[in-house]
Amino acid sequence: MYALREAIAAFRRAPVLTGLASAMVGLALYVVGLFGLATYNLQLALSSVEERVEVAVYLRDDARQSEIDLLLTELAAIPEVRSVRFVSKRDALERARVELPEFGALFTDLEVNPLPQSLEVELRPGSRSPDIVERVSEAALLYPFVEDARYGREWVDKLFTLRRLGAATTAVLGSAFALVAALIIGTALRIAIFARREEIYVMRLVGATNGFIRRPFLLEGAIAGLLGGVIAWALTYGTYRGVYTYLFEVTWMPDSWVALALAAGCLFGAFSSLLAIRRHLEDL
Amino acid sequence: MIKLTNVSREYPKRGYALRDVSFHLKKGEFAFLTGHSGSGKSTTMRLVHMSDRPTDGEVRVTGFSSEKVTQRHIWRVRRRVGIVFQDFRLLPGRTAQENVAFVLEVTGTPRAAIASRAQRLLSQVGLSTKAGAYVNELSGGEQQRVAIARALANDPLVLLADEPTGNLDDRATRGVLDLFWDINARGMAVLMATHDLELVRRYPHARVFELDHGELVFDSAEG
Repeated sequence: MYALREAIAAFRRAPVLTGLASAMVGLALYVVGLFGLATYNLQLALSSVEERVEVAVYLRDDARQSEIDLLLTELAAIPEVRSVRFVSKRDALERARVELPEFGALFTDLEVNPLPQSLEVELRPGSRSPDIVERVSEAALLYPFVEDARYGREWVDKLFTLRRLGAATTAVLGSAFALVAALIIGTALRIAIFARREEIYVMRLVGATNGFIRRPFLLEGAIAGLLGGVIAWALTYGTYRGVYTYLFEVTWMPDSWVALALAAGCLFGAFSSLLAIRRHLEDL
Repeated sequence: MIKLTNVSREYPKRGYALRDVSFHLKKGEFAFLTGHSGSGKSTTMRLVHMSDRPTDGEVRVTGFSSEKVTQRHIWRVRRRVGIVFQDFRLLPGRTAQENVAFVLEVTGTPRAAIASRAQRLLSQVGLSTKAGAYVNELSGGEQQRVAIARALANDPLVLLADEPTGNLDDRATRGVLDLFWDINARGMAVLMATHDLELVRRYPHARVFELDHGELVFDSAEG
């Protein structure tokens, strides 16, 4: 109770200092928030491209239905495979007419349907890496009635290189931004605590326990962190609305990310205060 | 109450600040700790307050030994030992009452009792009418009285005063000393460090320890 009262009183006594600390925390977290927004949208874009990764298994015209069913069952039994769909020669031609209307004339006067029957293998999310795709296509190629299995190797390779690059960039830049934010938040709270060193000194002088001294500062750090988080959220959301309205379509981050960032700001504020006050507790 | 046994304090660059000092201040005694600047008075006060530890020997204060009490439990010593300084070390921007109440609050006095107890402590030091005044509006003597009220807040067994009259005029000095004698008359041991020998001579009943270059050269109880 005392801790909460003192933490609130600290904001009242030195509104400029604590306000500045919160604003610094807010600006530091804003950069992290913008990075989160960019990362999330990049992830979404890559995922939507990745969803199109599938293996097309082309079958010989003389493949028997029982053989095709057997292959379909075998491929569907692979854990990474989500679904296997049979596309008959007629279906393939129909699809070609719909998807390629500019060649409409070519597809109308055919005596023989040149398109092969096939199996379209869709993979589970997270199982669309080049290795897995290649393994599935090799499994299909073992069957003598399979003419070919294609998945656009170069395209998949590039996609996954891009994904790895994205993950590495996220890790490196994200860590750098988080570290910078951590340093700024730590410094802001250190300044706020330094301004109250006299109080800490008196508390030590008259026999307050370390836990008792720490608590209001921990709470104050947590409140400053939370306030900073709210400021960062407001700034990031404002930027998102601006970009969405005037530049291009972007998607807002999931609520869980926002909640996590607010909780992280809160925890980090408390942790920074804990570190900053430790030195003062050892002084006397 | 305060017992120093062969206490030395050596600093890495400065050398010995105290060397082999022993004395015993009993319950209810009043003593001056005198000596010129740099003789080791403040070091002794810090050791008694356990803000510092001896490099040799043992300091025992109200039953706590410097060899045993940990930094984590130092608060137990501090609640039995009140301390005042030359520069008062009050919290600026707070009233006299708030300065005293602050101590009561951080040492766990029930909230309902804080205001009345702070008022009573200020009355004890003759400042009942200045309770609502901010400390920077008070004179040096009054500020020192607030500091004394603060030091008494935990009902300590010992009161330490490190050059408490160093910043005060003669009249305020007499007032503070009278207050110390009143407090001592109620059974509290008082150890006051001062370089002012004129002041010490004014109180012939007090015990006197004299330090010189970190060594105890005189104890009036031993002649």
